[in-house]
This record gives sequence, C-alpha cells and structure tokens, in this order.
Amino acid sequence: MLGRSLREVSAALKQGQITPTELCQKCLSLIKKTKFLNAYITVSEEVALKQAEESEKRYKNGQSLGDLDGIPIAVKDNFSTSGIETTCASNMLKGYIPPYNATVVQKLLDQGALLMGKTNLDEFAMGVLLLSSTLECNGAISARCSLRLPASSDSPDSASQVAGTTGMPHHSQSGSTDGVFGPVKNPWSYSKQYREKRKQNPHSENEDSDWLITGGSSGGSAAAVSAFTCYAALGSDTGGSTRNPAAHCGLVGFKPSYGLVSRHGLIPLVNSMDVPGILTRCVDDAAIVLGALAGPDPRDSTTVHEPINKPFMLPSLADVSKLCIGIPKEYLVPELSSEVQSLWSKAADLFESEGAKVIEVSLPHTSYSIVCYHVLCTSEVASNMARFDGLQYGHRCDIDVSTEAMYAATRREGFNDVVRGRILSGNFFLLKENYENYFVKAQKVRRLIANDFVNAFNSGVDVLLTPTTLSEAVPYLEFIKEDNRTRSAQDDIFTQAVNMAGLPAVSIPVALSNQGLPIGLQFIGRAFCDQQLLTVAKWFEKQVQFPVIQLQELMDDCSAVLENEKLASVSLKQ
Amino acid sequence: MAAPMLRWGCRGRRWAFARVDGGSCHRRGAPTGSTSNQIRGESSVAQQPLHTAQKTRKGEHKWAAVVGLEIHAQISSNSKLFSGSQVRFSAPPNSLVSFFDASLPGTLPVLNRRCVEAAVMTGLALNCHINKKSLFDRKHYFYADLPKQSQVIPKTVRIKQIQLEQDSGKSLHDNLRSQTLIDLNRAGVGLLEVVLEPDMSCGEEAATAVRELQLILQALGTSQANMAEGQLRVDANISVHHPGEPLGVRTEVKNLNSIRFLAKAIDYEIQRQINELENGGEILNETRSFHHKLGCTMSMRDKEGKQDYRFMPEPNLPPLVLYDATSLPAGADPQQVINIDQIRETLPELPSVTREKLVQQYGMLLEHSFTLLNEVGLLEFFQNVIKETRAEPKKVTSWVLNTFLGYLKQQNLAVSESPVTPSALAELLDLLDSRTISSSAAKQVFEELWKREGKTPGQIVSEKQLELMQDQGALEQLCHSVMEAHPQVVMDVKNRNPRAINKLIGLVRKATQSRADPVMIKEILEKKLSL
Repeated sequence: MLGRSLREVSAALKQGQITPTELCQKCLSLIKKTKFLNAYITVSEEVALKQAEESEKRYKNGQSLGDLDGIPIAVKDNFSTSGIETTCASNMLKGYIPPYNATVVQKLLDQGALLMGKTNLDEFAMGVLLLSSTLECNGAISARCSLRLPASSDSPDSASQVAGTTGMPHHSQSGSTDGVFGPVKNPWSYSKQYREKRKQNPHSENEDSDWLITGGSSGGSAAAVSAFTCYAALGSDTGGSTRNPAAHCGLVGFKPSYGLVSRHGLIPLVNSMDVPGILTRCVDDAAIVLGALAGPDPRDSTTVHEPINKPFMLPSLADVSKLCIGIPKEYLVPELSSEVQSLWSKAADLFESEGAKVIEVSLPHTSYSIVCYHVLCTSEVASNMARFDGLQYGHRCDIDVSTEAMYAATRREGFNDVVRGRILSGNFFLLKENYENYFVKAQKVRRLIANDFVNAFNSGVDVLLTPTTLSEAVPYLEFIKEDNRTRSAQDDIFTQAVNMAGLPAVSIPVALSNQGLPIGLQFIGRAFCDQQLLTVAKWFEKQVQFPVIQLQELMDDCSAVLENEKLASVSLKQ
Repeated sequence: MAAPMLRWGCRGRRWAFARVDGGSCHRRGAPTGSTSNQIRGESSVAQQPLHTAQKTRKGEHKWAAVVGLEIHAQISSNSKLFSGSQVRFSAPPNSLVSFFDASLPGTLPVLNRRCVEAAVMTGLALNCHINKKSLFDRKHYFYADLPKQSQVIPKTVRIKQIQLEQDSGKSLHDNLRSQTLIDLNRAGVGLLEVVLEPDMSCGEEAATAVRELQLILQALGTSQANMAEGQLRVDANISVHHPGEPLGVRTEVKNLNSIRFLAKAIDYEIQRQINELENGGEILNETRSFHHKLGCTMSMRDKEGKQDYRFMPEPNLPPLVLYDATSLPAGADPQQVINIDQIRETLPELPSVTREKLVQQYGMLLEHSFTLLNEVGLLEFFQNVIKETRAEPKKVTSWVLNTFLGYLKQQNLAVSESPVTPSALAELLDLLDSRTISSSAAKQVFEELWKREGKTPGQIVSEKQLELMQDQGALEQLCHSVMEAHPQVVMDVKNRNPRAINKLIGLVRKATQSRADPVMIKEILEKKLSL
C-alpha cells in the first residue's frame, strides 16, 4: 500500500481497502524506521492521527472531501503551520510556533490531507555547497560579480566575460546538507538498485557512511516522499529547490507558474521568485495536489485571477504529433555528465519518433542567470531577513547593553554563515552607490532572460526539454570536497532561469544511471500553461517507465537503521 | 523594528504618487535638490498653490531664509495600509496588531483601497498630477519603533510630491529599568507624505501652509490631521543664505507637534543660523529637535549618521494602476479598479472655494475669510449668526472676528467652549441693527453674555436699562442743559472748531449714560446751534 501512488491509495481509501488511520500509522512507523534519513524536523504524530480519525469518520459517513482526504502529506519546514513549530532549519526560528497556517497548508488540510510533519531543508532554504566557501562572501566577491553593462544599453554582451570566468564559486548549490538539523540522506543510498551496483565496484568504501545527498533545498520533502513516508510533499522552489532534489530522488518535482499558487505563509527566500513546489511519485499525483492549491488568494496580491479548470485532471495524450519540443542549445554545457546528456538526447529522439516536432532553440542569456540570480537573490534575502531582530519572535540573545547590541548578537547567533554572507552581499548591492550598478542591471538581465523564453515560445515551441541537474546525486563525502565546488555551482543553471521568468517547470525521473541512481529531465512550459506542461510530462512519464525504488532491505532491517544512525551523527560532527 | 517599510516612490528609483503639474511660476533660489540630499527626482511647478502669509522680516535684509517642509498625515481609515488591523487612537498597547504588522515571517502586504483613494483624493484636491502607474518601494532601517492675526498676502508654495507610506510603531524607553517597550498599534497605519518645496522664508509662512494643508485634509476627510494626536507630523528643512548666492547648509528640525511651535522653531532656527554665520561659525547638516519649554532647537546628535535606507522595489505588490474615464477597461469590476474621475466627482468644497464664496457673498476681505476658516468651528458659528440675524453681514463679520474672537483668544478658549451662542449674538446684533441699543451698549451686553448667567440679550438690555433714548423731547432738553453748562464749548463750535461739536456730543452721551444715539444727538445739537 505504501508504495502506491496518491491516486491509487485514494481509490483504496474510497473502496475501504484501508482506513485513513491505518494508512497514517503505517506512514508514522515508516517515518520512525527511516529517522536516520533526517527527512523530518518535526513529526506531527498527534495532529496526523487526529486528522486521520476525522477523515475516517467522513469516509464512514460517505462525506469524503475528495482525492486528498486521508492522504498523508509532508510540508517543508519553511511553510507556516499553526501550532506546529516552523524553524526554516535555523537557530533563528527554533521554537517559533506560527499562529496561522500558510494558505497552501490550509488548503491541503481543508481537503482532508493528514499532516505527517515538517521536513528538513537548508537553512532558510538557502542551499549551499559548504560553509567555508561562503566566507568569501564579502565586498571582494561582490565586486567580482559586478555586471558591467553599459548604462545606456540593455545588452549584457560585455558582461559575458565577467559572468563566464568567475563562475561564482560560492554560489549556492544546495544539498539539503546545511540546516541546523543536519544533512538529509538520499533514500536511494539504501536502495537495492544502488547497492547492487556498488557491490560490483571494487573501490567501494564503507557503504554505510557513503550515503548520497538529496539535493536541495527541499531535500527533506524529497526524501520523505521517496522513502514512502507520505504520498506528496510541499517543497519551495526559488532557483530549483523542488526540481533538483526531485531529480536526485527519482520523483516528480513540479514548480507551478509564479502567481498560480499562494505564497502567503511561505517564509520567503526571494519573494519575486519563490513558489510552493510539489513533490510526488507521479505526474497525476502532482496534478491532484496542484488542483487543491491553485487559485487566487486575497492574502497574496501576486496571485492571479485566472480561471482554473477544477478538478485539475490531466488528459492522457495519445498523440504528440502536434507538439513542438524546444531544445535550448545553451543548456549543453561542458559540465553536463555524459549520462545525462545521452538521456536528454534519447528523450528528444523519443518525441521525434512519436511524431513531435523537435527543434533547437536559443536562450542566449542563459549564462548570465547565475550572476544575475546572485544579485537579486541576496538583495531580497537581505531585505527579507531584516525582520529577524529577536524582538517579536524567534531567537533572542542574552545581551541587553543596548538595542543595537541585542540586534547584532541575535543575528550573529541566529543565522549561519551562508545566511549572513547573503545578507551582507545583498545589503552591499542595495547601497545607494551600488544600486544602479548591481540591482538595476541585474533586473535588466532578468528581463532579458525572461524574454529569451518568450521568444522561444513565440517561435512555436510548446514546451522546452532540458536536463534538471548536471549529474546524478553524489555521495556526501564527495559533495563536501572543495574541488567539487565549481562544478556544483553550475548545477542550478538549468532550473534557475525558470524562476526568473516565472514559468512552470517539472522534473520527471527518466532512468537510472550506471550507478543505479535516478536521473531527471525537465520540461518548461508557457506561463500559466501548467496543465499543458503536466499533460506532456504525463505522456513522457508513461513512455519511460521509471523503476520504483526498492527499499525492502531498509524497511525490514531495523538494526541496520540503528547502525546508520550512529554513523550519521559521526559524520555530522566533521 | 526591522520591518521593511513601503513607499510609493519616482522614476528610476521611485515614483512620485502625485506631483504638481504644469502651470507657470517662477522659482527662486537654486533649483530644487541642491540643498537636499534626498533622491526624489521629480521637480515641478505649482498650479494650485497653498496660500500662505508673506511677511517681511525686519533687519534681516542681507539674509534670506529658505524653508521646506515634509509633512506626514495619518490617513483616516478603518484599517491599516497593508493589513486588516483596526486604526484607533489611544487603544491599549499592542491590541491592534495583525500578523503582518508584527512582521511574522510569511505574511504579505495587501493594499488598502481606502488609503489609495484618500491619496488620490488629496492629490486631486491639491491639483497634483496623479501617476497612473505606481510602484511600491521597500525602505530598510533598524529601529525599535497659528496664531493668524497678521496681514495675509496669498503666496505660492509648491507641492513636490505626495507618497503613501506605512507608519511605524512607538517605542517607550523606561530608563529606570533600562527597558524599551514597544507598541505596534500604530505600525502599518497609512501615511500621506506631502513634500512642500522650499518656497517659504519664515515660521509664519510655514505655519500658514501647514494650516492650509490641515484644512484641506480635514475638508476631504482623508486625515483628521490633529497635530496633538500625531496625525499630522511636520519636519522643517531650514537654511539661510545671501540672496543671489548659493543656498546654505540646511538643518532638519523635528519634534514639531503644534503649528505654533512649528512657527517658533523655524524662526528660532533661522535666527540661530544667522547668528552662527555672522559670528564666523558654520552650519552642520544635522537633525535638530525643538524644545518646547526652552523655545530653542537642539542637535539630536544622530548616532547612526546618514542612513542609507537601501530602497528596493516591493516584490509582493504588483504595480498599482489607476484609471480615469478614458482608460477604464470596459466591463471592469468597479470593486477591483480605482477611477480617478469618479473620485474627482466626490471632492467636497475646498477651503479656497469656501473663502472665495465668503468674499463674494458677504463682501468681506480675503484675510477675514482666512481667519474664519482657520479657527476650528468659527465659520460654522459665523454662518449660524448670519442665518438668525437681520444685521448686515459686514457687521456680523466685524463682531465675530473682532469682539467674539478677541474674547476667545484672551481666555484661550475654542469656539466650541464659547459662553456666547450664535443665537445670542444674533439677537444682540438685531438689537443693534434696530437701533434699540447703541454699539457701546452692545459691547456691555456682550460682556454680560460672556458671564454665562443664562440671560438673553433682551433681558440684559431691559435689566440694565441700556435701550437708546427714543424720546426726542427729553433728549432736546438734555442737549439744552449741556449747552448751558458749557458755554465755552458752544463758543468753540460757533468759532468753527470742528472738534468742539464732538465734545458736546460726548457730554450729552455721558449725561444719558450712553443710551442716546450719537447721530440723533448730533442732529439736535446742529439744529440748536443753527449750523
């Protein structure tokens, strides 16, 4: 039952094959068994059981609220949940219990979903490679990523050298490794598929300590769904934070169009790019959740009043011959692993062989997206983090010499180096003397990047097909090696530009790598054509028949779990 | 508080929500902005001026003062600018605080339609150009939270811009326990920021401009504009220079919580700067606070120095688009759009129009109309008297502005606290008009009325026997006796001394205890002296 999709288990609930309470208890017990994955920060067992009880009553009375009634879900710990601690994996918010529910959380609860818990993430969803790299994040590094555009021109031609050569080494590549609650372990580390491949490899080290990262920043949500502890999870997606871990964990990771789903209650990273993301095991499940979440919210003025077809059903596409698939040539970067590249190419061939038109398109400003994102992201971060001053809520230091000293110490203690680094650079970019040179130029580049997509879609392309990540998930020990920095820093390149343009995008698991690890590909759609995008993704999902993760060994062997837990705590201290 | 503040800002960095448009008016001194380190780019010229008094200052010919004002008016609305919390003065601390006001993470601003309408209305009333598209900016900072008797010559003060902002909370410092207490009731209340160009040159001009703005806001109902309750806050930017030379370094004077103090503080600061410069000192670009009791301004010694508010566009609010009759999209939901033309139609009568009407209808001087409007409730009092009396409007004006207002000022009373009602004054003026009493008797009656003994003017007149002597024979008799008693004065009259007749009249009036009409006395005397 646990391995089924949301839709399947929903049908089982309706038919009475299982009750919501039974389902809830199974998930809770699995959450306990997989505790070493560190997917959850808070497990809301009591809340979930109570919700299950109520759901059960509704089913008995024939008053089910719909597809989500009685379905266990998990929510990233940067969505406000009334009465349940919401930490953003930061010392700053440890112990903070919001008095209200985020709109998306409320909508899921209104549909009868069971909230299993709050999932782990990088602090404030700021994924990062590793701590030492952020120490460069001061004036020196800020100056290096200056966008040297001629003031009178919108053309960033002269910026190419700057963006191309510096590569922003400290730029976030999140691994869900950098919250105060420790890193999240990728369930695929313990899959039969991966372990069998590892055995064939004579160089394989201690397999228990050699676990893989999930990607981030919504790594906890991805691990929770991937390990069958829930049927869907909310992530957030600012530069790829939902799609990236989805690709690494073999899941569907969907980022809706900006403005389709309310951000009210989502603790912001970058207001102008954040969207609630959806992680599920198949495209239809993502559509069900999207159907529950989409729609205007009077509490979020950026939600649009577009009419949405509800229920959000996806037709099964029989014929793709009328489709035009765009392949952005700039996405073929040298860092792309040959395996991903070959799968990308096969996917394009698949569409072509089924009659779709597949054309190469150009998104010429792609290479500027990382540096542009850095300026905009840090600026908004600096602004959004200003509210955490220890006065009204959250962490407050013991120093009471003066209000200023209290602010300073509170923020020093509350934020990690990554967050502080971004606040410093963001404030630097927003200074009066720097504003035009950084923020305004970055905004112009953002417009150019968004226009790239508009031009591609205007040329007749229905959806774009790209890789989601450069490669499959890497082991944590390898991930934190310094020489991985540059390569990983580029990893957001396929996902980030989509957020700057506000477009819908979805990562679909395609196949296992030679190592037995999932690889995902991304589809990008026109703004507010989320349904069309998911319909294409659903067709593709059906063609590729991605294998189910085999975790039997893990679930049966509790002693192995305990052993792993010890090792996890050792590796944390390093 | 570290909560971002939102403002409508101007082209490039911010958008001015409203600015004065077109028109022609000469500017004086250097162009705007040369003394100002503010980044507001809009410069504009006046169309609809705020009228202020112009008064030449004695002995200061070599120095010219330049005064600009930044005024914050709390918008009169039921709820705050970006949240649904109630707006109420003197509510228990922190009882009007929404999650957004407390800046709980994840909360987002939702624009209050009423505040936008109030800003549009104020902009229209001040004849400002209303930008059809406005963007919101974020501002960052860390912070735990007329005496109008002189001559009025209308003068122009230009309005630079009007912006919508959020008010801050209040911090209360308890030095004994070294605690800071914070009340967020005020945090997030909508503010209209009105920037007046440095077109003023003394405290009184500034005071008049603020009073006029106050009247306009009150007439519109967009702000209660009560300075004592902090609904209207004024900061003054002041500098002095020699005419023809560049503007001097300016100081900003804060903490001006009444119009009287505003005028005082500005005049003090101008004099201080002149003294400083004449004694070889220099003026620092600093913020100064006005000390009410000492009547002087003092440096606030800003620890932080110049603040960089690090403005950035507010990402959580889409651009605000306003429509007019021509741009309104067909089929638009009236609840979802703001139509400038529709608001224009609801504009009430503005003080300048009211004054013009008073001048035309009652033939009063413009300066009298200013006084009538400037005193709270005085216009209504005046209109009520006019309604009930047969007396000439000019008479009513004179009595209301001189006698009535004089008594009020002397005892520091508001119109609403007056012991004399409009009906009582109307009755008194009727008695005067029908020549039942003389004007000096009328003054006596007024004084009696002021004592609040509950008597009507008629009762007072009969009790005190203040009626004019109407008996011609008796008056002639009296005149006769006076002439006999003062032969020398009679002689003087006959010798064509023009003043002598007045002396005789005075003597006769004295004999009647001022109850006789001097005109009548004069007629009798002239007849008797065969003049």
